[in-house]
Amino acid sequence: MRSLLIAAVSTLLLGGALVAAVVSAPGWPRTRDTFFDPDVGWQALPDVAAGFWLNVRVFTVSAVLMLVLGLGIALLRTLRGPVFWPVRAFALVYVDLFRGLPLILVLLLVGFGVPGLRLQGVPTSAVVLGTVALVLTYSAYAAEVFRAGIESVHPSQRAAARSLGLSAGQTMRHVVLPQAVRRVVPPLLNDVVSLTKDSGLISVLGAIDAVRSAQIVTAKTFDFTPYVVAGGLFVLLTIPLTRLTDAVSRRYGYLPSGGHL
Amino acid sequence: MTARGEVAEPEAVTAPLLRVAGLRKAFGRNVVLDNLSLDVAAHDVVVLIGASGSGKSTLLRCVDLLEVVDDGVIELEGREITDPRVDADAVRARMGIVFQAFNLFPHLTVLDNVTLAPRKVHRVPRAAAEERALAMLERVGLRDRAAAHPDELSGGQQQRVAIARALVNDPVLMLFDEVTSALDPELVGEVLAMLRDLKSDGMTMIVATHEMGFARQVADEVCFLDGGRVLERGSPARVLGDPEHERTRRFLRRIIDAGRL
Repeated sequence: MRSLLIAAVSTLLLGGALVAAVVSAPGWPRTRDTFFDPDVGWQALPDVAAGFWLNVRVFTVSAVLMLVLGLGIALLRTLRGPVFWPVRAFALVYVDLFRGLPLILVLLLVGFGVPGLRLQGVPTSAVVLGTVALVLTYSAYAAEVFRAGIESVHPSQRAAARSLGLSAGQTMRHVVLPQAVRRVVPPLLNDVVSLTKDSGLISVLGAIDAVRSAQIVTAKTFDFTPYVVAGGLFVLLTIPLTRLTDAVSRRYGYLPSGGHL
Repeated sequence: MTARGEVAEPEAVTAPLLRVAGLRKAFGRNVVLDNLSLDVAAHDVVVLIGASGSGKSTLLRCVDLLEVVDDGVIELEGREITDPRVDADAVRARMGIVFQAFNLFPHLTVLDNVTLAPRKVHRVPRAAAEERALAMLERVGLRDRAAAHPDELSGGQQQRVAIARALVNDPVLMLFDEVTSALDPELVGEVLAMLRDLKSDGMTMIVATHEMGFARQVADEVCFLDGGRVLERGSPARVLGDPEHERTRRFLRRIIDAGRL
């Protein structure tokens, strides 16, 4: 009870000081009118929310594809033997390339480059190409996280599985991957949170998402409040995801390392 | 456990169950096995003794095809298993190995540890596999822990599960790699008792150990490994009681000084 009181007072004091600092700034009245105008915000909300619904869909599809493709690339990198050299090389180049390129460049190159090819049957929609660019970049990150997880499983686990007659594939599927995935769930969810926010970048291709919708309203009203509204929606989405990440980390953080030789 | 050996072909009756000839294995420039030869007759218990680094573990891993040998031949029931055209998974499925560090699968329950290979390798339906696994766990005195995870068991219990996991596949040969070295002294007895049980059932075993008392009582033959080859072999009474070689004498004296004989 006493500590709760101290926490409350301390929070009030700190919060009050921060608010006072911002409010007493010389430009505050102008800023308040152009960034925190409730009327403009309320009017912009339907459009921004409609745009945000696109973000949610893009992010959901991208997250699933990122995990599937990332796992696939990570598995390609674990294949052994000279026959698979080209496959391993492909996976390595893929990861190097898309982890090295800034996301905004991948978006621009895919979003404007692919339609420029004028290929039959290839989509030209900004939403689809934006999703493709997000998946390309984020699956490279996910692949490295999965690979780290796979390599963290001790070789003695593999030896035990192979000694029972399990094939290399069965060993990966039933022994290595279940342990690897459990260990990398927290960093993977971290990437998913990051992907949520970066789904806003597809607006540079002209997709009418939350950011783009806010931009349109801003251009009409000369008021930046819609950006704040869009920002609020993103934060509302990422907070539960972040809490989930924390909970999962606590749940799996103690998992034993799986023996040693 | 019971049907073993009844379908042996005529030639396999006379030939040793396992024949190792001219085995060589090096890791980089470190030659671990150097022209090593060893025969194991069916139903015999061969105990490997020798200092750390003398090649005991590597020999067992080579026999189980967990390592690729550089040179030499290993035959199981008269068939060369070091031939690269041999299906190594099928060969491993016919042998069992138990490791010093247990190497149970930490993400699976005790029951799932024991049923994994029967279900995935030997294609036994789940119900039948579980029934058989429970019978095997009964035999090692752990039927009531079937639903536990490995980290909830003592070291001795984990090692008994590891033995059950290997035995459930009806191996023709069991390999034990210092299976009591990671155990607290008071837990060593329960694991050695299981090995004695197996011998009375007629199981063919190769046992790498530092437990000289066990070697004296249970071994049909003791092999002293030194510098990657079998320096001396014979009955336990002779090798442990009246060794021919100075190196064997010196090794045994060190063991006695350490209070293990």
